[in-house]
Amino acid sequence: MIQLSGVTKVYPNGVRALNGVSLRIRKGEFLFLVGPSGAGKSTLMKLLYREEFPTRGQIIFGGKSLVRMRPREIPYLRRSIGMIFQDFRLLPQKTVFENVAFALEVIGASKREIKRTVPAVLAMVGLAEKAEVFPDHLSGGEQQRVSVARAIVNNPVLIIADEPTGNLDPETSWELMKLLVDINLHGTTIIMATHAWDIVNNMKKRVVELVDGRIVRDEEKGVYRHEA
Amino acid sequence: MRLNTFIYYFREAFHSILRNSWLSVASIGVVAVSLLILGSSLLLVLNANNIADNLESSVEISVFLKDETTPEEVEELEDTLGALPGVAELKFVSKQEALEEMQDNFGEQRDVLAGLEEKNPLPDTFRVKTQTVEQVVPLAREMAAYPQVDQVRYGQGVVEKLLELSRWVRTAGLVTMVLLAIAAIFLIATTIRLSVFARRKEIGIMKFLGATNWFVRFPFLLEGMFLGLAGALLAVGAVYYGYLSLIRSIQISLPFMQLVTDRSLLMPMLEGLLVLGLAFGAVGSLISLRKFLNA
Repeated sequence: MIQLSGVTKVYPNGVRALNGVSLRIRKGEFLFLVGPSGAGKSTLMKLLYREEFPTRGQIIFGGKSLVRMRPREIPYLRRSIGMIFQDFRLLPQKTVFENVAFALEVIGASKREIKRTVPAVLAMVGLAEKAEVFPDHLSGGEQQRVSVARAIVNNPVLIIADEPTGNLDPETSWELMKLLVDINLHGTTIIMATHAWDIVNNMKKRVVELVDGRIVRDEEKGVYRHEA
Repeated sequence: MRLNTFIYYFREAFHSILRNSWLSVASIGVVAVSLLILGSSLLLVLNANNIADNLESSVEISVFLKDETTPEEVEELEDTLGALPGVAELKFVSKQEALEEMQDNFGEQRDVLAGLEEKNPLPDTFRVKTQTVEQVVPLAREMAAYPQVDQVRYGQGVVEKLLELSRWVRTAGLVTMVLLAIAAIFLIATTIRLSVFARRKEIGIMKFLGATNWFVRFPFLLEGMFLGLAGALLAVGAVYYGYLSLIRSIQISLPFMQLVTDRSLLMPMLEGLLVLGLAFGAVGSLISLRKFLNA
């Protein structure tokens, strides 16, 4: 579904974030992206939703080249990708329901569609009772589940999660992982960048390790780090 | 576009205006003041042109003939001068008629002119009206070249000054308009910039959720256009009622001043101000949005 070939990204300030990365991700995969801070994990994910443009190389997503994609096609690419961030990125002045509905509003969905879809998604992440609550009154784990609900409400083919457990305690992190596995079982591809070694080690999923902008390891049922 | 989306646009625009209520009031005020000055200077230009037109139409050339000119020559000259391009009206005033006219003008002091009947010093004269005021000077020069013509008068200097004044009023009005338009656009751009800044987090979220650029921009565009229109409405109201009361008081105190009251001239101007207000708003927002929402 996703194919990166010889992708290099050099930022205008001269930082070489990625250096000749080639990677193939199949539909329905669950992939951990690991490596030290500044290794290029976030850059790689930004390239996938066209927040950044590769300096060299080719990226194919669902049969389309992201390099040749015109700017006005980008919103439609992003509608097929759900995003989850470490800092949740919820709107504090909107309720839980409104935050999730926002993802449908901005793509021009009808009121009826919103009323039908949002409660179902909130039930799926276990927040049906908190629909009218504002994010500031929720725990970190609950806030992250709201952002998961927002990410999946459009039925994306891919979910990109950038250190989603970074602000959560271990127990809440596991609840979130269960939720992501559940979503993955429904066929959605998931790419998750993380420093949570215990999660990676327990999940036994594909692990891709980046160091200094290069892939140094890519293994099925991998672990966080091979000790020397 | 879905109705739901349209409602969303309006809701967002009005939320934004209420959130930045003081800044919104300030922008509306500045647009109102600029368009008020714009409207007033437009009225000034309109009236100045009107007065200039009236004065211009009363400018005429007096062609004084030499004393020895025979009646046949006068007739011949009347045909020749009357056929010159640009001549709208040509009237012959004989020595005798000129003297009677002068006596009429002196009224009760006509005794001063007593005895002039025997030896009338006034010449035979053609009074010429031109089609446009620009033709006065060249036509006067041309007529002065005829051998029977002694002298040509057209209020030398006055016509030139009038033309200059009319041109100056037009230019000054235009420059004022352009400067005020720039000021109004700049202020709306600043308001929208702050509005965008206040919502930059929301905009970031909208973009990763797959909102199109136009979807993100449209509420801000509406906001700017609303500010421009609100200011324009205030200005149009003030200009309209202010001008009406000016007309009323001038009709009482200065009845000889002819102000423009023609609705077919005033209404397009007021409508133009409203359209300008909308345009200021739209251009102002687009300037801000271009900087903030690229890519």
